[in-house]
Amino acid sequence: MQALDIKLLRDFRRLWAQALAIALVLGCGVAIFLTSFGMYNALEDTRAAYYERNRFADVFSETRRAPAPLEAEIAAIPGVATVETRVVGSVILDIPGRTQTAVGRVISLPNGGMPQLNIPLLRAGRLPAPEATDEVAVNEPFARANGFVPGDSFHANLNGQKRQLTITGTMLSPEFIYTIGPGQMMPDNAAFGILWMPERAAAAAFDMTGAFNSVALSLTRDAQTAEVIDRLDDLLDPYGGFGAYGQETQLSNSFIDAEIMQLRTLAMVLPPVFFGISAFLVNMVLARIIALERSEIGLLKAVGYSDAEVCQHYLMLAGLVALSGIVLGFGAGSWLAHALARLYADFFDFPYLIFRVSYDAYAISAAIALGAAGLGALRSALAAARLSPAIAMQPPAPPRYSRGLFDRALGALRLSQPAMMVFRSILRWPVRAGLTTLGLALAVAVMVAATFTDDALDEILDVAFSQSNRQDTMLLFAEDRPVSVLEEVRRLPGVLVVEGHLYLAAELRHGPRSKQVAIEARPPESDLSRVIDGTGRVVAPPPGTILLADRLAAQLNVQPGDVIEVEFLTNRRETFQLPVAGLVTQYFGLGAYMDFDTVNTLFRQAPRVSTASLLIDEGHEDALHARLKEMPGLAGTIMLTESRRAFEDTIAENVVIMTTIYATIAILITVGVAYNGARVQLSERARELASLRILGFSRGEVSAILMGETLVLALAAQPLGWVLGWAIAWSMTEGFTSDLYAIPLVLKPATFAQASLVVLVACVVAVLVVRRRLDNLDLVAVMKTRE
Amino acid sequence: MDRPIFRTKALSKVYDTGGAKVHALAGVDLELFAGELAVLLGPSGSGKSTLLNILGGLDHASAGKVWFKDIELTALRERGLTRYRRDHVGFVFQFYNLVPSLSARENVQLVTDVARDPMDPAEALGLVGLSNRLDHFPAEMSGGEQQRVAIARAIAKRPEVLLCDEPTGALDSKTGVQVLEALKDINERFGTTTIVITHNAAIRRMAHRIVRFQDGRIVSVETNETRLAPHDIDW
Repeated sequence: MQALDIKLLRDFRRLWAQALAIALVLGCGVAIFLTSFGMYNALEDTRAAYYERNRFADVFSETRRAPAPLEAEIAAIPGVATVETRVVGSVILDIPGRTQTAVGRVISLPNGGMPQLNIPLLRAGRLPAPEATDEVAVNEPFARANGFVPGDSFHANLNGQKRQLTITGTMLSPEFIYTIGPGQMMPDNAAFGILWMPERAAAAAFDMTGAFNSVALSLTRDAQTAEVIDRLDDLLDPYGGFGAYGQETQLSNSFIDAEIMQLRTLAMVLPPVFFGISAFLVNMVLARIIALERSEIGLLKAVGYSDAEVCQHYLMLAGLVALSGIVLGFGAGSWLAHALARLYADFFDFPYLIFRVSYDAYAISAAIALGAAGLGALRSALAAARLSPAIAMQPPAPPRYSRGLFDRALGALRLSQPAMMVFRSILRWPVRAGLTTLGLALAVAVMVAATFTDDALDEILDVAFSQSNRQDTMLLFAEDRPVSVLEEVRRLPGVLVVEGHLYLAAELRHGPRSKQVAIEARPPESDLSRVIDGTGRVVAPPPGTILLADRLAAQLNVQPGDVIEVEFLTNRRETFQLPVAGLVTQYFGLGAYMDFDTVNTLFRQAPRVSTASLLIDEGHEDALHARLKEMPGLAGTIMLTESRRAFEDTIAENVVIMTTIYATIAILITVGVAYNGARVQLSERARELASLRILGFSRGEVSAILMGETLVLALAAQPLGWVLGWAIAWSMTEGFTSDLYAIPLVLKPATFAQASLVVLVACVVAVLVVRRRLDNLDLVAVMKTRE
Repeated sequence: MDRPIFRTKALSKVYDTGGAKVHALAGVDLELFAGELAVLLGPSGSGKSTLLNILGGLDHASAGKVWFKDIELTALRERGLTRYRRDHVGFVFQFYNLVPSLSARENVQLVTDVARDPMDPAEALGLVGLSNRLDHFPAEMSGGEQQRVAIARAIAKRPEVLLCDEPTGALDSKTGVQVLEALKDINERFGTTTIVITHNAAIRRMAHRIVRFQDGRIVSVETNETRLAPHDIDW
């Protein structure tokens, strides 16, 4: 091995603590990049492959009841490649050993077996026989969650008739990668299942013989999706079409989109912070090493090493630091990606897992890490290369301090000499001081941005459950029912309070903007289910008006007082102009609310309801569910209490994990910046500090000078960190907001305090470690060595 | 010994230290011959080190010319000077300038790695009497030993010239003598042209010639009729 390489390795070993502090920060960047970018690619690739192989449709629409011959007309729409019509419906399931009801979504299978679009993948068993009326294939997660294997059976309330259904096989479908039941906040596979049933049986059960109520299309390559959707709507309108939509609005797909968007945001926002800080740290440490090795550089040149060789030597030192960071990052990133993949496996139902981070992601992250370290090292390494050997052999000129404006201001403060030393040093190297402050501020910001999600989720839960949806259970009726059904429900065991609501599919239009939503018509006295405005007040939609969720209003560019056009996609498909009376705070979905009587008047109909909200006596829950399983005309039940508990459990678990990860990250950044900063200062000031000791300053006074600068910068970093944290949190709420959900920007003083506490404590500990070296300083040796 | 190895003509060097111009060398004409051991004497700031740096290709002249044999050093660019230092010149400094993280052998290897026809590092260390200290680090050696490592490092590439800037400046008389013995031995054994800067006038007595500097100029050049061995020099 060349002597210069031996020097390199020994220098690296000597600098291990500083190198490690940098490598950990760099490693964080690599790990997060690998995880987010790698998973983003993996998720997108997996989805794309799955969609292609199993022919996920491009356009979907549901309708009340369309005659089968309409299929030919749909196929004739220019741009349509394949048409798949089918019968879908919702049923209440009675699962052996399960007290509560479960909900099943029935989807018909064509007589030939598999459909042409949204082709399910048979995972076990076989398809139900085309003639069979009591056979179904179910989605694999539903079978797994309930312990079903092919051959097992359960009961379903099909159109008022309780039937035993036998499972012939388990399947997965590109339509249900994220399988979420009506009213669920997250997948609950035991409570919601997909049942594939032969067409004849499904049509008989839902009274759809010779008709269909769901259609999926694939388009030709050159098709205009929006145009096809318009044409399809025109064809389905007379048959109660609920409005066609594209892939991007398909429920399962939009959840995956949201996840992919989050990963992309993460890959874009966090890693650059780490790479930037690493570059700064490499720069700071290497500049100091080169200052210390000035005469060695002179010697290397004197004995004939070229500028390029000297430059390369120091770049390689940075390269070794980067390499350590890469190794750490690869380790942590692979582990994180694995953990995330396992988490995805819980939520997303893919038939195959391409959840392996590609070699590209490893290569790219390593290249970026090397680039960041190289960039940080470049200036110093070039300076080393440019150093003339004759000058390098001479001691460097003392740093130039001057009496600037700031200095005179400091003088006016009559600070002690040690305090002057601290402040002058900050002013002497303003860029370094600025970057140190920024580094520490980013640590604070990362903590703020991480902890804020905890408060935000609390707010979401509070608004969703404590304030808005206070019912225990919701019953979804297969068809809208006269309000008298509420009397029937009230007589069910354990029911304390009942409220009915009507849901109406509608398209809202304002200028060029439009949005399909479900409008909820509510009696003004509704108390279980409430609507909350921006100030937290309970509001009821005034008669003749409409209330909109704030995000929906933003999408339509509507202010309270504006008039919007509302086209109802049900009943007579009439269109009305309605003033927007106000905005509603809502974090799930895009809600729109109207007064119950107003709707009945507009539709000239006797009052009807689509759902019943119940407050129940927990003691009678079992009896209630036993009755619900038999109740005709019920399409589903929503267990809000269950939903809330599951949501809280998942969040509690995730919050602990996330807070731990981000606090670790913040501590790593802080230690990386503070430790290296203090080490560099100790090295620069060893003689100065030793002189002070010889002059009679105590250890405490001398270490105050050393720690002073870092701590002053750490304090200055706090307000900056809060502002940056607020900005990151804000951009996260913007980035994560979709039609499905939104995250409120909730920042409590405790969040800022906690972030500052973690960073300041980490900072003090890091500086104290360096201070120990000061205690061991050999005064005589320091004074003797040539600077 | 009459073949000049270095030739300078009207050599001058001006340092511009922010306003005040310092004439470190003010028109130096000098010839140094192959195989000679020359001592440069003079007070601080008289221009000795500046001359040595320019002869060694560490620094550029402001005006005038320098030849190493047939090569005009003042015409070389950075790359040529690096090449020149790598192939022809050995340096010994007052503060040894050893790399603390490398052992004696590795410090010498630093030079042999890039030299064209080097000795084995152990051989070079043997020449300065350090065969038993090969794997010691600088911090484990005395000043005299460290300086001898520096000499071994300088001679390991078999240089034609050895430039020594105050080689005994940081040493006591006993270890200083050891170092001078090593320099004399190398000069005689390999015929290496050796130029030594010193403040210690007594050392002049081991030289072939003594060049005296004052205010950037040469004030005298004398030839020793009888040279003394280092251990006979009255320190």
